[in-house]
Amino acid sequence: MSKIVEGLLYSESHEWVKVDGDVAIIGVTDFAQAEMGDITYVDLPSEDDEVGQGEDFGALESVKASSDLYSPVSGTVVAVNEELEDAPEKINEDAFGSWIIKVRMSDKSELESLLNAAAYEQIAK
Amino acid sequence: MDEQMKTTCLHGEHIALGAKMSPFAGFDMPIQYSSITDEHLAVRGKAGVFDVSHMGEVFVSGPDAERFVNHIFTNDVRGMEKGKILYGMMLYPDGGTVDDLLVYRELSDEVKYLLVVNASNIEKDYKWMLDNASGFDVKILNDSDNWGQVAVQGPESEKVLAEVLGIDASDLSFYTFKEGVWNGARMIVSRTGYTGEDGFEIYTSPDGTVDIWRKLIAAGVAPCGLGCRDTLRFEAGLPLYGDELSESISPVMAGLGMFCKLDKEEFIGRDALAKQKAEGVARKLVGIEIHDRAIPRAGYPVETPDGVEVGVVTTGYHSISLDRSICFALVDSASSALGTPLQIRIRKKTFPGEVVKKRFYQTNYKK
Repeated sequence: MSKIVEGLLYSESHEWVKVDGDVAIIGVTDFAQAEMGDITYVDLPSEDDEVGQGEDFGALESVKASSDLYSPVSGTVVAVNEELEDAPEKINEDAFGSWIIKVRMSDKSELESLLNAAAYEQIAK
Repeated sequence: MDEQMKTTCLHGEHIALGAKMSPFAGFDMPIQYSSITDEHLAVRGKAGVFDVSHMGEVFVSGPDAERFVNHIFTNDVRGMEKGKILYGMMLYPDGGTVDDLLVYRELSDEVKYLLVVNASNIEKDYKWMLDNASGFDVKILNDSDNWGQVAVQGPESEKVLAEVLGIDASDLSFYTFKEGVWNGARMIVSRTGYTGEDGFEIYTSPDGTVDIWRKLIAAGVAPCGLGCRDTLRFEAGLPLYGDELSESISPVMAGLGMFCKLDKEEFIGRDALAKQKAEGVARKLVGIEIHDRAIPRAGYPVETPDGVEVGVVTTGYHSISLDRSICFALVDSASSALGTPLQIRIRKKTFPGEVVKKRFYQTNYKK
């Protein structure tokens, strides 16, 4: 049974969002990392990249497969977790403690389309 | 699970071990039990056991057995000693590949063979053999359903066979086999595999295969899934039918010409191969290394440094044993020389690299 954290928002493509003012802190869920297996590479965007809700901003690679990362919100990338370039396994070890990008949101109303923990639990099975 | 999906005799064992299952070649097969990386390293460092019961076993006998096998097979079985094994392909007349397979020369005085073919191709291969047997006095039997098979692979394999199964295989050299009996049924033990390590493949009845599997698992031998089977064979430079060999990829294109004996009088596809060897082929299979941790996957385009597409990746990984991002790719022959700079398009970026030797990993066969 994978872990789900109360108080975060979730996308149907298995990203989590922690809202900090105008900034969305984005990672992937414990369910997603477990499905992927050993993550060996994280393809990160650059700071100042524009991302749109539902658009891919990078990818996770496991030994066997690659899985695109989709931004749950639109906006500008203000930070990327470069630590993951050298230590992608941190996502396996602690998916909710390993943020991937921070996005300054251009439309906070998009958050309303995301799932709460209880709703996400229904699809993370 | 799809009702049409086939299962091997070890399916229940995989479920009991909690394997992650996935369809492969029409069978519901284990991809991994713990992690692909751990299983890969178990085989490179100690020993692991694979369920390969999905592979096909076709027996060829009769007065014309030698002449028939030589007619459909690229390698040369004439005068093969009892207990020897040869690798090679069956080809279409145009040189495209029907399948790659192992031919076992049986231990009997009568000249007979066991042909071990890929699971995905069993029906196609069997039909191909029957369709091309006219004029030959042979009996061809697809006995795949009556055989299970496990592969024990890794440097400790010989010890594992002796200590866990009581099978002394110390007298077998690479690509030879012996026979025995397991639980009253015929058993074939060959020093072969698909990992680049020393190891054995054990063929026996489905019931006997379950018994052997349970003994190996109980003794602590790591169960290994198809996930690491692919990473291991890839590092060792071994092709997978469907990726590096296919109807449109000939052995010459795949760099496997050494297994095609053009000095034989005839075999299906011989003339096309001779022409390919003499005139060259449009595309060749190469190894490519890129200088980044990004992973070149099957289907990604291969380009020259100025962005002209010259090929496609067939298999690629961030190599577990070598910590390099490498792939097999089919590229225009003009771009196939060792050291040729090429780049691979991975999603929105391109990653520079160059052509390297296909045998990425130094194999450890017991010759």
